[in-house]
Amino acid sequence: MHSVPLSWYLILSAVLFGLGVAGFLLRRNIITVFMCIELMLNAVNLSFVAFSYQLKQIDGHLYAFFVMVVAAAEAAVGLAIILTVFKNRATLQIDEVDSMKG
Amino acid sequence: MTEMLIFWAFAIVSVGCAVNLVIQRHPINGAISLIGVMGSLAVLYLQLGAEFIAAVQVIVYAGAIMVLFVFVIMLLNAEAEQRTGRSAVVRLIGFPSLAALLLLVGMLIRRLAPAPESVRFGDFMGGTAENIGRSLFTGYLLPFEVTSALILVAIIGAIVLAHKEID
Repeated sequence: MHSVPLSWYLILSAVLFGLGVAGFLLRRNIITVFMCIELMLNAVNLSFVAFSYQLKQIDGHLYAFFVMVVAAAEAAVGLAIILTVFKNRATLQIDEVDSMKG
Repeated sequence: MTEMLIFWAFAIVSVGCAVNLVIQRHPINGAISLIGVMGSLAVLYLQLGAEFIAAVQVIVYAGAIMVLFVFVIMLLNAEAEQRTGRSAVVRLIGFPSLAALLLLVGMLIRRLAPAPESVRFGDFMGGTAENIGRSLFTGYLLPFEVTSALILVAIIGAIVLAHKEID
């Protein structure tokens, strides 16, 4: 075995995505939760690039590129929302932002 | 052999950094770990022949987006999160079920993915800036233009949300 099987890349992508989901559910800090979403987007990008390699086509790279662009826009808006939440409530714990709880 | 070594080294680094992101209580430690994940993923992209995506990963993700995150963490003076009581159910079955899920997904991928396909450095080098740019301005022109509108909306949204009201 002298080269890496393609499925290992997909397994690595799945592991990273699972860790992102775990962090999203476990963490209580709003910024860390947001970073876990970024981790999930990165994991999906890895599988896009791996499939692009398998099919010897460039389309996967373009999808990864668009995911990055959307992630950049999302980070800008999301961090602005976090700033607003902090300005109004002076907390970053998502447990304490619960005014919509019945 | 070298491919295998590179893959294992950077896969272990990225998974280790991701685990660190999940278990750290302070967001700045998480941000540094996420930069580690993104850097090692950039090396794996390079191995898969995606040199443009690897460069964009380092410049846009590890550069711009993570600087924004670190800037906000510093600006808000974020502290380590407080401990909250978790339910016994979560403590007992959370991690075993996560491990079972990952095992299941891994087995499914091993079963479904074509086995002989393997990655050797240099087999596919189509991901150059020239090729990406050409298909971005021909086949993917409409999504590319829609993206510019999306970024404009995001800029306006960020300014509206974060601007300081002058009384």
